[in-house]
Amino acid sequence: MEFKGKSLKDRDFKEKNILYTDWHVKAHYAWDCGVALSKFFEGLKEGKLYGRSCPECGRVVIPPRMFCELCFKPTDKWVLLKDEGRINTFSVSYVNTDASRREKPNVPAVIEIEGASEGMGILHLVAHPEKIEWENLEEVLSMIKIGTKVKAVWKPSNEREGAITDIKYFVPVKEE
Amino acid sequence: MHFPQKVAVLGAGLTKFMRRAQETPKELAFEAAKMALDEAGLTIDDIDAVVLVTAPDAFDGVHMNGEYLADGAGGSKKPYMRSFVGGGSGVFGIINGWYHIASGHFRTCLVVAEEKMSSSMPHPQGTFNAIYDQFTERPLGVNLLWIFSLEMNRYMSVHKVPLETIALVAKKNKKNGLDHPCTQAGIAGDYTVEEIVNSEIMCWPVTRLMVSTVSDGAGALVLASEDFAKKVTDKPIWIEGVGWCLDTSYWTNRDLYYPKYVEYAARMAYDMAGIKDPRKEIHVVEPYDPFAYKELHHLEGLLLADKGEAPKLLEKGFWDRDTETGIPSSPSGGLLGVGNPIAAAGLMKVAEIFWQVKGTAGKRQAKREVKRGLAQAWGDLMQVGTVVILGK
Repeated sequence: MEFKGKSLKDRDFKEKNILYTDWHVKAHYAWDCGVALSKFFEGLKEGKLYGRSCPECGRVVIPPRMFCELCFKPTDKWVLLKDEGRINTFSVSYVNTDASRREKPNVPAVIEIEGASEGMGILHLVAHPEKIEWENLEEVLSMIKIGTKVKAVWKPSNEREGAITDIKYFVPVKEE
Repeated sequence: MHFPQKVAVLGAGLTKFMRRAQETPKELAFEAAKMALDEAGLTIDDIDAVVLVTAPDAFDGVHMNGEYLADGAGGSKKPYMRSFVGGGSGVFGIINGWYHIASGHFRTCLVVAEEKMSSSMPHPQGTFNAIYDQFTERPLGVNLLWIFSLEMNRYMSVHKVPLETIALVAKKNKKNGLDHPCTQAGIAGDYTVEEIVNSEIMCWPVTRLMVSTVSDGAGALVLASEDFAKKVTDKPIWIEGVGWCLDTSYWTNRDLYYPKYVEYAARMAYDMAGIKDPRKEIHVVEPYDPFAYKELHHLEGLLLADKGEAPKLLEKGFWDRDTETGIPSSPSGGLLGVGNPIAAAGLMKVAEIFWQVKGTAGKRQAKREVKRGLAQAWGDLMQVGTVVILGK
């Protein structure tokens, strides 16, 4: 069997040993937040986290939605949740959003929000409780683990704009 | 369940997997399709319908990329469809091809999977980031590695699996990949666990040698009805089972330690194939391995190991290519050992099972007797499972 394909090297491309055609696109979108998330983001402006409950299965879900994707029925109540929860899982990222390297890591996590049904998490970042920035992997692993209790740190109210980033990050808190 | 026609696989084709291919997507698709037709001993005139799978249009910068690729896939002037379920696409394309024929509507179907990721500059990462929720997730500065590292940590923590054990998947697959003629330059190799664990941290717990690379490449399979197949071959390889399932995109609301949707897809395929005990009746498996832990995660979802047991079996060599009592897993080398041109990578896994069952996998042929094998792919937001079972 003969397998075809002519593999190029980065060098061929950079030194223009091969022919290619360039195209640049600048795409721009503005998304309406919708019914459920508009209310959710209004809540964030006020420093509050809202979930939504399903009359059929009784789940309180976050992020909120106007219909339960499992029962396929409308959800019917807004439920005020706490701005704290527990780490369901986390990672320690040395890669930026554009795939470049970070010198110091950040910590994305799925955080199960207190007051929502079990297992209802949202994606957010976890910061060092005092100095915000994490030094390295070892420091992160010495301070947080799956199950660690965390609390939201909000932007000052006059800086909030009704976005998920109105919560700056979560920080680990001591258990009572 | 009764279907009007049984479906056979008559031929498979692959291009090399490359970091950057000179060929255009159309040229890659053509080369894979031509090779599959050649193995089947057919020409494009014998093909009644064509299915194409490829990634979101943004990777290529070509809107209606399916239509653009129709020429290279052999779809001109034919019933033609394009579908896409992320990384699950390569196997999903075979499922789409299967129902074209099982319905009794077509005698033959050419399934082509093509991916050229290198055109997206400087890196396809930007396109990948657009899979996250645009309201609640993307503003946090996401990258694609996040979801995998989050899922991997959850899996490792729930089952208390050491990083060194997960690294054994990369060790096995990168070594198997040395024997694959399509392997991308520089990714297969004989690595030690230490080298894998201590390679550059991407998103802990994921290190560089535990993640597959972006790639260019294509693959194709020729499918035919029982009536047609029996005219051209004495020894058809059959599609015995297919299954697929999609879970909710609210991925932060699910426990990521176990891929329930893969289990549902597997159960559908096992039921259709009449398989009661997959651990005895599946003789070789190609689970989707874009990340090292993913292979273990999927082996459990496929019910080939109990929850949390796949790593223990790995340590015992149960998934090795030369096992006599276990089930060889990713004998091709998988995505970690051959490369990951998304849709084409999934189809490569089906092609490997085809060649394994046919007994023509050469240096990669499993040591134990192979009468039946399973290929599985996975994709979207930790969301989709696609399964195909081939047998003699």
